[in-house]
Amino acid sequence: MIFVVMHLTVRGLLGRRRAVLFVLLPLLLLLMAGLVRWASGGDPQSTVKLTNEFSVGTLLPLMCLLIGTGVIGTEIDDGSIVYLLAKPVPRRTILWSKLIVAWGATLVFAVLPIIAAVEIAGDEGTRLGWAYGVTATLAALAYTAVFVALSVVTRNVVIIGLLYALLWETVLGGYVPGVRNVSIRQWALAAAENMLGDRAPVWGVTSDVSLTAALVLLAATTIGAIVLAVRRLQTLPLTTRD
Amino acid sequence: MSTLVLDHVSRWYGNVVAANDVTMTIGPGVTGLLGPNGAGKSTLIAMMGGFLAPSAGTVTLDGTPVWRHPGIYRTIGLVPETEAMYDMVTGWQFVVANARLQHLPDAEGAALAALETVDMTDAKDRDISTYSKGMKQRVKMAIALVHDPSVLLLDEPFNGMDPRQRLHLMDLLRRLGEQGRTVLFSSHILEEVEEIAGTIEVLVAGRHAASGDFRRIRRLMTERPHKYTISSSDDRRLAAAIIADGSADTVDLTSGSLAVQAPDLGVFVHALPRLARDSGIRLLDVSPADESLESVFAYLVAR
Repeated sequence: MIFVVMHLTVRGLLGRRRAVLFVLLPLLLLLMAGLVRWASGGDPQSTVKLTNEFSVGTLLPLMCLLIGTGVIGTEIDDGSIVYLLAKPVPRRTILWSKLIVAWGATLVFAVLPIIAAVEIAGDEGTRLGWAYGVTATLAALAYTAVFVALSVVTRNVVIIGLLYALLWETVLGGYVPGVRNVSIRQWALAAAENMLGDRAPVWGVTSDVSLTAALVLLAATTIGAIVLAVRRLQTLPLTTRD
Repeated sequence: MSTLVLDHVSRWYGNVVAANDVTMTIGPGVTGLLGPNGAGKSTLIAMMGGFLAPSAGTVTLDGTPVWRHPGIYRTIGLVPETEAMYDMVTGWQFVVANARLQHLPDAEGAALAALETVDMTDAKDRDISTYSKGMKQRVKMAIALVHDPSVLLLDEPFNGMDPRQRLHLMDLLRRLGEQGRTVLFSSHILEEVEEIAGTIEVLVAGRHAASGDFRRIRRLMTERPHKYTISSSDDRRLAAAIIADGSADTVDLTSGSLAVQAPDLGVFVHALPRLARDSGIRLLDVSPADESLESVFAYLVAR
């Protein structure tokens, strides 16, 4: 059952025009990584700057937003979700199918390109690659779950998602220290900071949150989002108000 | 054989009441849900299909509440009004996927049978994005029928169909009804409903205005007073002739043209040309002043 929904979801996600962005945005990242390498000669500090600010800071939440809304938000918007919901299939099965596809897509189109970009821009062995691979994976799991949940809860998911990803995480997080404690990006960065050990402060990989707290908060956010999404899907009103 | 029962069902959105204390029982055979646009037909069908919680009252299918019971979709087939489908797959792939989601043992066999029923086997391997509106409507029918449901709910199924497709679908619905299935479809066009529905439920402004056999409702609708606006070569003389003849109760010349109210449609439309000819008056324009469906329904509600 889960595979039928997953198959339809994959076709829906990759069949729409926005799928072009799934290739273009990672390509842009790889191009920037090449430029950084050319300019800095493979200095890890420059790699960290690119990865913190662009890869994990902007590209990752953006890709998760595109994919998270693409697996379910568009169907709810145009009403075609009715074909999945009018079936003797538990709604949580439908949600999980869509979430698994979204996670897989963010892994392929966001996490792997981020790791590749780290290696192109300059790494010490593969230390940064591993650290940012774990950070990006954790962030992708949480971001995607949150954006899928938001897609079920509100029709304004793109606006809310953009405000959160760009304004809250990037701008406010830069000026208001407290905001950084409530940020998926900061929680995920705690993993990279921990993995890099004594090189973390040298390269500028820092998080405001301790590793334990970060992992607990990430897990709680992800699980909370999934529970909310399943609940809302169970009572999703489907009607044209005539 | 299945029966849908609505028991004092209401639904409101904030201050707007979309369905107001509706009680009806929908049994085997074809039932038409008739009402003007905005009467709450879609809201009512959404509640029957388990896609909207009633604000008050209950909707049950053979005793089981439909809200939050996805198990009912084994029994219910749904043809939604929304046109969006999974455009990037073929009709065949989509109907098979729907059959699998219904847990059918032979999904491909069922899909083929359903596509044959709606006469869509030729175009089944084309992407849904290339289908015309009528073809999409037929694929929607195939999806609704693929698991052989005993209840079929259709929201405005004739919208956007050409006359040939319309006849085809009417024929199909009639056959499904004769097989003992419970078929309910909504429409704002009386002729469509009257053509195939044994029972009619009329909904006006969220209220259940009339219910029963179509002949009875048809009579209610045609026996109401009819209003006409007429212009002729000599309105004043024509007015005198009409009132002398007795085929109309009221004539009114104050608005510049001749307004007439006739108690019986059949008598008046036969009398008018005769009166004009006998008096040597040329009729320039005869138009029903108040034949909109809304006014017909408003009249029904007032009764």
